[in-house]
Amino acid sequence: MIHNPEFEMLPRPELEALQLKRLQQVAQKVYNNVPFYKDSFDKAGLKPQDLRSLADLAKFPFTNKQDLRDNYPFKLFAEPMSAVVRLHASSGTTGRATVVGYTKRDIETWSELMARCFAAAGLTNKDMIHNAYGYGLFTGGLGAHYGAEKLGASVIPMSGGNTKRQIMLLQDFAPTAICCTPSYALNLAEQGREMGVDMRALKLRVGILGAEPWSEEMRGEIEDALNIDALNIYGLSEIMGPGVSMECLEGKNGLHIFEDSFLVETIDPKTGEVLKPGEEGELVFSTLTKEAFPLIRYRTRDICRLNLDPCVCGRTHVRMGRVMGRSDDMLIIRGVNVFPSQIEAVMMNVSGVEPHYQLIVDREGSLDTLEVQVEVNDALFAKSGGEIKVLQGIEKKLKKDLKDYLGISAQVKMVAPKTLQRFEGKANRVTDKRKI
Amino acid sequence: MLEQITIFLENKPGTLLEVAKKLADGGINIRTLSMADTADYGVLRLIVDDAAKAAEVLKNNGFTANRATVIAVEVPDSSGGMAQILLPLQEAGINIEYLYAFVEKSGHNAVIIFRFDDPPKAYKVLQENGITVVEGEKLYKL
Repeated sequence: MIHNPEFEMLPRPELEALQLKRLQQVAQKVYNNVPFYKDSFDKAGLKPQDLRSLADLAKFPFTNKQDLRDNYPFKLFAEPMSAVVRLHASSGTTGRATVVGYTKRDIETWSELMARCFAAAGLTNKDMIHNAYGYGLFTGGLGAHYGAEKLGASVIPMSGGNTKRQIMLLQDFAPTAICCTPSYALNLAEQGREMGVDMRALKLRVGILGAEPWSEEMRGEIEDALNIDALNIYGLSEIMGPGVSMECLEGKNGLHIFEDSFLVETIDPKTGEVLKPGEEGELVFSTLTKEAFPLIRYRTRDICRLNLDPCVCGRTHVRMGRVMGRSDDMLIIRGVNVFPSQIEAVMMNVSGVEPHYQLIVDREGSLDTLEVQVEVNDALFAKSGGEIKVLQGIEKKLKKDLKDYLGISAQVKMVAPKTLQRFEGKANRVTDKRKI
Repeated sequence: MLEQITIFLENKPGTLLEVAKKLADGGINIRTLSMADTADYGVLRLIVDDAAKAAEVLKNNGFTANRATVIAVEVPDSSGGMAQILLPLQEAGINIEYLYAFVEKSGHNAVIIFRFDDPPKAYKVLQENGITVVEGEKLYKL
């Protein structure tokens, strides 16, 4: 089903003309209103007027995550705060989160795009949507919520956690669709089975799953465990939140990027060179409709392929394949984004541990696990006089800080000094054992 | 007062054997020991005949070994022996972090090794109450 056939099925020449017109407006706006963009365009010797065709965009500088951090909290906003009605922040960051803002119209646009996602999943106002994305600063919960309401569906604002209760409502309210991370979908299925619930007999028909990378194998598992169609949704708070792209039920093969709102490029992460569709590269987005927080050429660090082949559903919008990895070392653990450097920063503030660590990421059942191995500090061990509680105190503190600052639950394992691998040059402190 | 060797050991097969071998190579004799364990690691506490040498041998072999001050107390091997020692400590507000015990070769007395939160104060209280503290020199040579 197509929510907005006019825009979602726009012939590509018209779509590209619309993109150019919108992009020119955005470039002009950020140049006028956001000092960061004025500087960055000036440094590159470019004016917004130099954007005469979509191909000209390749000359413009990128926006990086670090630029967002450097302009924390509101310096990249292109509208005064009086026009901003909502703030969100990226999940899991120490101190300098990346903060995004929305005008009333941005919320409208976002709701419309999320409604398109639900329609692409075959949902209408007759459906009931169980929304288990986290509500709060994270864009997932409220993003999906507004989209569901826009569609006219009945939404259960469940948020994350409290799994037993979720299973109870899945039985009692009998929603037809569920929004959550793929790993949480599997977790629900597992726990439901343990509670003796026939999870395949629920009224659920479709899952709109995202916020973390997953595989075709996992899709098969989820579809089998819950007896649903499991569809992939993609988004990031910097660009808008969930609803940047969505898989259609008809094709179930790649996610349509809503190109009337987002201009996408794939680049070689090393050289920055723009790649042809079909070549594996880093996704780069420019926003075309956002008012409060427009971005030009934002590097997502997500690696995937674009596919311009026509889709059975009739949408003309380009499809992106599954995200195959990242061009940086960001980890996604139970849907929370975290960089090893952030874990390191937390660790440095806990006395008694050495700055040598290893992160072991794994998956137990359907849940991601993170083990932080860290060397005990010799001087602290000497001072402990063999008292275990001193060592356990450090473990506890570290665990609590990781939870408080980064929102991740980690196992902390103390190891003897000088036993972890030392690196010359680029350190490889992460072992990811998950099969995605 | 007494010196104890404290060693951080990861919980995997062979680590304890490695400690024993290195001490043997260094001609060091273990008087008594205890192990505090968690799921991931253990802390081995040793009383040996030469603490300084043992610490050096272990450190040279890459172990995290340190010296800590503990107090050994002789306890009559009879009913009430333990309570008699603990009472004055409790009255003085001294806390025990951990302890372990062994029986002297003569078999008449038990020796309890204590780690107190305040070793010098504990030492003084024990002395004042006429409790026999076994000095290092004597214990190392037992």
